[in-house]
Amino acid sequence: MRRRFFSAAWAYYILLVIFLYLPIGLLIVFSFNDSPMVVFPLKGFTLKWYGALAQAREMLAALRNSLILGLASSAVATFLGTMAALAAVRYRFPGRGVFMAVSAMPLVIPYVVLGVALLILFSTFNIERSLFTVGIGHIVINIPYVMLIVGARLVGFPSSLEEAAMDLGATYWGTLRRVTIPIAMPAIVAAFLTSFTTSFDEFAVSFFLTGTEVTLPIYVYSQLRFPSRLPVVITLSAIVMTGSVALLLFAESLRRKG
Amino acid sequence: MRDTRSRLLILITPPALLLIMFFVLPMLNMATFSFRQGAFGEERHMWTLAHYREFLRNTAFQRLLGRSIAMAFETSLYCIILAYPLAYFLIFRAGERRVALLTLVLVPAWTSFLLRILAWKLILSSEGLLSGLLQAVGLLAEPKPVLLYSRAAVVVALTYSWLPFVALPIFAALERIDPHLLEAAADLGCPPWRAFLRVTLPLSLPGVVAGFFFVFIPTLGEWVTPALVGGVDGIMYGNIIQDQFVRGLNWPMGALMSLVMLLAMLVLLGLLVWLLKALHVELGDLIG
Repeated sequence: MRRRFFSAAWAYYILLVIFLYLPIGLLIVFSFNDSPMVVFPLKGFTLKWYGALAQAREMLAALRNSLILGLASSAVATFLGTMAALAAVRYRFPGRGVFMAVSAMPLVIPYVVLGVALLILFSTFNIERSLFTVGIGHIVINIPYVMLIVGARLVGFPSSLEEAAMDLGATYWGTLRRVTIPIAMPAIVAAFLTSFTTSFDEFAVSFFLTGTEVTLPIYVYSQLRFPSRLPVVITLSAIVMTGSVALLLFAESLRRKG
Repeated sequence: MRDTRSRLLILITPPALLLIMFFVLPMLNMATFSFRQGAFGEERHMWTLAHYREFLRNTAFQRLLGRSIAMAFETSLYCIILAYPLAYFLIFRAGERRVALLTLVLVPAWTSFLLRILAWKLILSSEGLLSGLLQAVGLLAEPKPVLLYSRAAVVVALTYSWLPFVALPIFAALERIDPHLLEAAADLGCPPWRAFLRVTLPLSLPGVVAGFFFVFIPTLGEWVTPALVGGVDGIMYGNIIQDQFVRGLNWPMGALMSLVMLLAMLVLLGLLVWLLKALHVELGDLIG
C-alpha cells in the first residue's frame, strides 16, 4: 500500500519536471535545428546558428548593454540595499516601520505601474530615456531583494560580535569593514548575483524606460515578429540560459552556506 | 547617542533618498498626471477630470480589470494545486535529496522569461508540438494552433512560469512542521487523511498564502504574456495601460488606469494582511 503511493508520488514529480523542462529543452533543440524556420518537424543537426552568432552585431551590442546595465545597476542596488538592511536590522528609530514598508513596496507593485510611473517622471523632468533610466528602474526593483537577503543574514548573527570589536577599540566604520561586512559577504554576493540576473532578464519595466540603446530582452522582443531571425535569437538565448542558471546555482549555494 | 544618530543617518540617507526620488515621487507624480489634459505641448498645463469621467463611463475598462483579477486568481490557484503535492512529496517522501530535487524544479524559473513564453508559442502554434502530437494520434485533421491566442493560453503560460515560485514557500512552510506533531496524531489514533486536514494543512497555510501572492501580484500586472500568446481574447488590463503609452498616446488616461491598478493591488494586500491576522501568522514568517 505504502509502496504504491510512493511510486505514484514519484511519477507526479517526474511528470512535473518534464512539464517544466520541455519548453526550455525545445528551444535548445531548435538551436541545433538545420532550418531557418522554427517549426516542426526538425530538419537535422547543425551548428551554423552558433556560427552565425558572431555576425549578429546588433544582438551582441544588446548583450553588451545588458551586461553593463546588469553589473552597474546591481552594484548600486547591492550597495544601497546593504546600507538599508544595516539600518533596518541594527537600529531602532522613529519611522522605521514606514521606511521598511516603503522599501518593500516595489515587491508588491505590478511592474507595469512602476514602469509607467517612472516613464512619466522622466518625461516630466525632460530626462532623455537611455540605459541610465532603465538602470534606475532596475535599482528600485532590486533594493527590496537585497534588503531581504542581506537582512536575513544580519538577523542571523548576534550584534555582540560587533560590540566586542568596538569594545576592543575598533571604530564603528572599522568594525563594519572588518567584522560585519565580511560576515555578511556570502549574502551580499548572493544578493548581487540575484540582482544581476533579475536586471539581465527584466523586460516589463525596461520596455517603458529604454532609449536607443536596447537591452537583450528588448532586442529579443523586437525580433519575435521576424521569424527568419528567430534561430539566432534562440541560439544566443540557449547560451545565456545556461550561463544564468550556473550563476544562480552558485548564488543559491552561497545563500544556503550563509 | 549622537554618534549612533549620525551613523544611522549616513546609512539610511542614500537608500531613502533614492526610494523617495524614484519610487515615492513617481507614484505621486503619476497621480497628479492623471488630471492633465494631455502629455504634450499646451495640454500638459491644462487640468481636467475628463479621464476620470471616461474611465467611469467606459465599462470595458472595469470589466477588463475584473477579468484580469479573475485570471490572476485562476493562475495562482492552478499553481497552488500543482505545487502543493509537489512540495508535500519533497518534504515527506524524498528524504535527504529534497533540496536537490527542489532545486531541479526551480532551475527553469531562472531562465529567460521572454524565451519561456516564446517556447510556449512554439508548443501551441499550428506547426507546434501539440498540434503535431494531436495530428499523430488522429485528434486533429490539419495543422492548427492549439489554444494559442486565447485566455487559456495566457493562463497556461503564466501557470508554467510561476509554478516553481509557489513550490518554494509551501516547501518552506512544510519543512517547519515538527514531525512529532504528526506522530502524536497517529499515536492518538488519528487516520493519516485527518492528520493532514487538521495538522499539516493548517500549519502550511502561511506558505500557501505567500505562494498565492507571489503569483497574484505579478500576474495581475502582466502585459507581456498576453501580448505574445493571448491574442484579442486573452488581453489583460496591463495591455490597455501599455497601449495608452505606445499607441494611444493618451498618457494621462494611462496614468489613471495604472493608479487604479495600484489601488486595487493595495486593497487586495490589505485583505491579505487582514486574512493573515485572522490566521495568526506573522508577516515575517512568510519570507522564511
